Amino acid sequence: MSRLATRTPAADTLTPGALAEFQAGFAQALVSNAKPALPAIAALTTQPAFAVYRNTVMKACIDTLQANYPAVNRLVGDEWFRAAAAVYARENLPKQPMLLQYGAGYADFLAGFDPAAELPYLPDVARLDRCWIEAHISPDEAPLDGATVATLASGNFFRTRLKLHAAARWHWFDQAPVYTIWSRNRTDEPIDTEIEWQAEGALLTRPRDVVQWVAMDQAGCAFLDACAAGATLAGAAEAALDIDGNADLAALMSALLDAGAFSGMSLHNKNHKEE
Amino acid sequence: MTTLLTAGLSLKPEYYDAALASTAAGSWFEVHPENYMVAGGPRLAWLQAIRSKHALSLHGVALSLAADAAPDATHLHRLAELARRIEPALISEHLAWSTWRGAYHPDLLPFPRTTAALTRIVDNVARTQEVLQRRIAVENPSHYLHLDGHEWSEIDFLGEIAHRTGCGLLLDVNNVYVSACNRDFSAEDYIDAFPADPVMEIHLAGHAPDPNLGRQLLVDSHDAPVAAEVWALYERLVRRIGARPTLIERDDHLPAFEILDAERARAAEILRAPLAKAA
Repeated sequence: MSRLATRTPAADTLTPGALAEFQAGFAQALVSNAKPALPAIAALTTQPAFAVYRNTVMKACIDTLQANYPAVNRLVGDEWFRAAAAVYARENLPKQPMLLQYGAGYADFLAGFDPAAELPYLPDVARLDRCWIEAHISPDEAPLDGATVATLASGNFFRTRLKLHAAARWHWFDQAPVYTIWSRNRTDEPIDTEIEWQAEGALLTRPRDVVQWVAMDQAGCAFLDACAAGATLAGAAEAALDIDGNADLAALMSALLDAGAFSGMSLHNKNHKEE
Repeated sequence: MTTLLTAGLSLKPEYYDAALASTAAGSWFEVHPENYMVAGGPRLAWLQAIRSKHALSLHGVALSLAADAAPDATHLHRLAELARRIEPALISEHLAWSTWRGAYHPDLLPFPRTTAALTRIVDNVARTQEVLQRRIAVENPSHYLHLDGHEWSEIDFLGEIAHRTGCGLLLDVNNVYVSACNRDFSAEDYIDAFPADPVMEIHLAGHAPDPNLGRQLLVDSHDAPVAAEVWALYERLVRRIGARPTLIERDDHLPAFEILDAERARAAEILRAPLAKAA
């Protein structure tokens, strides 16, 4: 009782829902410069200190995007990046507090962002930055190694399904050398050699702690797409050969196993109908 | 067996190796759990490696206890899952809100301390403790705005939440100093009146003048060494309430680990004083 007696002199008791109303108004005022409808919030925004909250929210969002999209940042520079990130953040606050995952829609945003039109490959570079994050935080799994695959009886080989590793991410980009542009901009190394302008693909994996990447041709990406869709090795091989009749499937398998693209395998049951 | 926690440090990725190698007695580390709510990968492995050597504290920034809504059930369960994995010595959160109707605002936002808000927050803290199956500590935030409509002083409000839920309190001395400067009250009076028994943890950090407004608005920036005035308040607090686990918080302009560790050692030294007196 004595604790309640120490209450400061009563102001008007808030009506039910007043806290919710306060929060809705405050949240809106954090990202908008329009005059708040609620007089109490409008009064708060006239205090210089309100800017501390606005700045903290925006800075956290922008810093996070800058950390999550390092190759994009290196291509466009800090100033351009932060200006673009501010536009994105204002419209797309984080939906959840694990900020490592913030910015899922940033590549699509860049694709529709007029000032980025001069760099048409920028959204795809952002997609690979996003793949890196996804690979970085995916569940831990032991990669399937070549020796295990070699134990398959030859008659079973093409009836086998390979399970993709949880961290494996791949993309084929048919307009630009996105893999080369991205991988060169993931490091601080100087970029001095010419880039051959051609379509390229990428495979990112994390067989153990560290995210790794290799170039992947279109047939390889089709092979991985087929595996992800549940095809047997026969089906995946067919998908690769549809893209490139001369695809070297043995070399492809070896490259995928070296990269740690798979985590397991299972024999397709003959009684099930082949798709 | 529980280890007696003395002074600890915020754990940033830049400090993983130094933290792993640290052998200071009673030392511990604190992280924001939101940065480790991942399915797998090196972050979790680092945290587990450090946990194998040191006690850890999970200092949440996103439960949004002061929102007029129950804590997000998915988020709360993610926190419980992380706590199950790393068995932290302490779990804390803030007397503030950040999530509202599906949007997360990465900050600790203010609200009028009304009886209606108190009822809601008591429910939210109780719900959190029920899911986590343990006591949490709730931290006093930094204040910048002059906000109308408070029906409770902050100290009474926090005391009442602790009384009704059995939760502990986290007293951030730097937040008291920053708020006292910004809102024109006595930091010493606040420190002297803060209920001693529920204090489970103390925070110390640096602050900075607002880049536009200068000294008339201090910002709880966690980007500088602990200020002399804050050390003085801390000594005053420890003399009155005795030793409690104390964290040096640093989130930006990270110095060499040794520099931060020297601040930690200074706090540990202050904590030893009342222990020596009691012995």
